[in-house]
Amino acid sequence: MKVVVFCKSVPDTETRVRLKDNRLDKSEIKYILNPYDEFAVEEAVRMKEAGKVDEVVAVSMGPERAREALRSALAIGADRAILIKDDALDGSDTYVTAKVLVKALEKDGVEYGMLLFGQQAIDGDTWHVPGQVAEMLGLPQAGSIIKLEVDPDAGKAVANRLVEGGEEVHEMALPCVVTCRKGLNEPRYPSLPNIMKAKRKPVQDYSLADLGLSPEEVGRAGSFTEVLSYSLPPKKEAGRKVEGEPEEVVQELVKFLKDEIKVL
Amino acid sequence: MSVWVIADQRKGTLRKPALETLSEGRRLADQLGTSMEAVIAGHNVEGLCNEIASYGAEKVYLIDHEILANYNPPAYARAVGDLIKDKQPQIVLMGGTMTGRDLMPRIAARVGAGLAPDCIKLEIVDGKLKAIRPAIAGKVRVEIGYKSDIQMAILRPNVFERLEPDTSKTANIEKVPFEPSDLDTKQRLVEFVSKETGRPELTEAEIIVSGGRGMKAPENFALVEELADLLGAAVGASRAAVDAGWRPQSDQVGQTGKTVSPNLYIAVGISGAIQHLAGMSSSKFIVAINKDPDAPIFNVADFGVVGDLFKVVPLLTEEIKKIKAQEG
Ligand SMILES: Cc1cc2nc3c(=O)[nH]c(=O)nc-3n(C[C@H](O)[C@H](O)[C@H](O)COP(=O)(O)OP(=O)(O)OC[C@H]3O[C@@H](n4cnc5c(N)ncnc54)[C@H](O)[C@@H]3O)c2cc1C
Ligand SMILES: Nc1ncnc2c1ncn2[C@@H]1O[C@H](COP(=O)(O)O)[C@@H](O)[C@H]1O
Repeated sequence: MKVVVFCKSVPDTETRVRLKDNRLDKSEIKYILNPYDEFAVEEAVRMKEAGKVDEVVAVSMGPERAREALRSALAIGADRAILIKDDALDGSDTYVTAKVLVKALEKDGVEYGMLLFGQQAIDGDTWHVPGQVAEMLGLPQAGSIIKLEVDPDAGKAVANRLVEGGEEVHEMALPCVVTCRKGLNEPRYPSLPNIMKAKRKPVQDYSLADLGLSPEEVGRAGSFTEVLSYSLPPKKEAGRKVEGEPEEVVQELVKFLKDEIKVL
Repeated sequence: MSVWVIADQRKGTLRKPALETLSEGRRLADQLGTSMEAVIAGHNVEGLCNEIASYGAEKVYLIDHEILANYNPPAYARAVGDLIKDKQPQIVLMGGTMTGRDLMPRIAARVGAGLAPDCIKLEIVDGKLKAIRPAIAGKVRVEIGYKSDIQMAILRPNVFERLEPDTSKTANIEKVPFEPSDLDTKQRLVEFVSKETGRPELTEAEIIVSGGRGMKAPENFALVEELADLLGAAVGASRAAVDAGWRPQSDQVGQTGKTVSPNLYIAVGISGAIQHLAGMSSSKFIVAINKDPDAPIFNVADFGVVGDLFKVVPLLTEEIKKIKAQEG
């Protein structure tokens, strides 16, 4: 069985966000492979190591820097990668992103048994793309999983979704879509030899024309939603900070809880 | 051209975020001068329709089928999505439960409509929906506009005000026929493993008491739990506490855990790393208890106690007990 893992290049979690002309100032941002996608790549590579999967393909849509995110996936153990890169893709919403990713799968022709995504990309934080891809392809889907068992011979997978108050256990026929989150596995740190090896693994580039899409169908032009404006969240006023004998500070805290915010 | 709310139920109970979403749907419909209608999918859920109506839905579309008894993404998306395509509401809303966040993208793709997730505010501008939401772990706020005729949004739980229900109202129900497709039978919820603690769900809780690495050991979380139970609160944790194996993954708050918006968040022995703040900085009030006066959590706290949690928390618990005892 072959599997595909979707990888997005996102700003590092420590990034300080600045705005310029009502848009994101991207000049000083450091980019990383989306942490949620690391869980997906790790899971795919573990399935390969367990002999259940014979090829792991990493796919990303994004500008040139997305190649680095793909290299990270290859260093963890993906076999090959696909980068969809075109200036016209700038400003694409999640619907367009899903549409483009589906086209890339068609173009590549990979006969996948499973599509693995991160639960969310930590820049847009939308959680949209996996479900949109699943619907476009007519596939079963288990989101936000913390456990996965796949039986390629029987053509099925069992996945545990972390939901409010417990876990939903879903059984799905293959091929299917899963989205991965923390709790599923502990992603490895790639070894130096594997980082070197990743540099020689094949990365296929696709342009829009390669996928048979026109610029009007993608980017801002093809999207159903657009970001009208960015702003910084309202700054919280600095609160009170009390120090002293525990008995006294607790009295003040109780007063705050009781009289000011009225939760007691 | 009405406003629709997909009313999320589990095991025959409406979820709290669904009630908040119905309330917001009513508000938007009034603003647009149109009707608010609801959809409910499930099995043997007709009994919930009056409760839905009590939050102001003028009509309830009921899609009842055995295969919809539990959450089934392809079946739910087709059942609700095809109804939307048929009736063409202008706005479709759902609460951001784990079902809502999973299902809405599928429906949006099926319908071919714009979708905004995790919204904290909705407005009508020039007759169209505008959605306001945090992004990049809460570091920016964006306004989303729509180009599609149908405008869809997922609402962050615990943010939108819930209306007082008018229980004198009864539902005007329209039953919608549904037949499972091949795809619908390719997925099945085989089991629900309950991890109920008797405490409220983190994302829906009014008050949360969270512990971090400063708790030092798993057994010390008894302090956090006792305080939480006294306040009717949920218990949360930092990633450090989860990764140490002191707390289950489901308790983690933050960028790789849950996003919460309680009325009060009490952080105990948590430093306030940027990834932790990402999950809780939209709390209405924040209290921090930390012995390090320079801990970044104090930058967002409305009330910070610099002190040893092992002294402060037991005293706080005692004081609250006294107050509760006085109240009888
Ligand atoms: C990709 C990524 C994702 C992440 N996602 C998350 C996430 O979702 N959620 C999250 O929480 N973190 C997340 N982190 C981790 C985050 O960076 C911090 O490491 C973590 O939040 C620290 O947890 P902590 O505050 O409990 O521990 P520490 O930073 O060690 O803080 C412990 C605090 O306890 C105080 N303390 C100790 N003893 C006492 C005492 N007796 N009395 C009072 N105070 C005391 C100390 O002064 C200190 O401030 C993520 C990191 C990365 C890289
Ligand atoms: N541009 C992209 N290229 C590849 N995968 C993506 C892209 N955008 C989103 N994804 C995948 O979809 C998941 C959810 O992203 P999102 O819907 O943006 O929160 C991510 O974790 C990735 O697995």
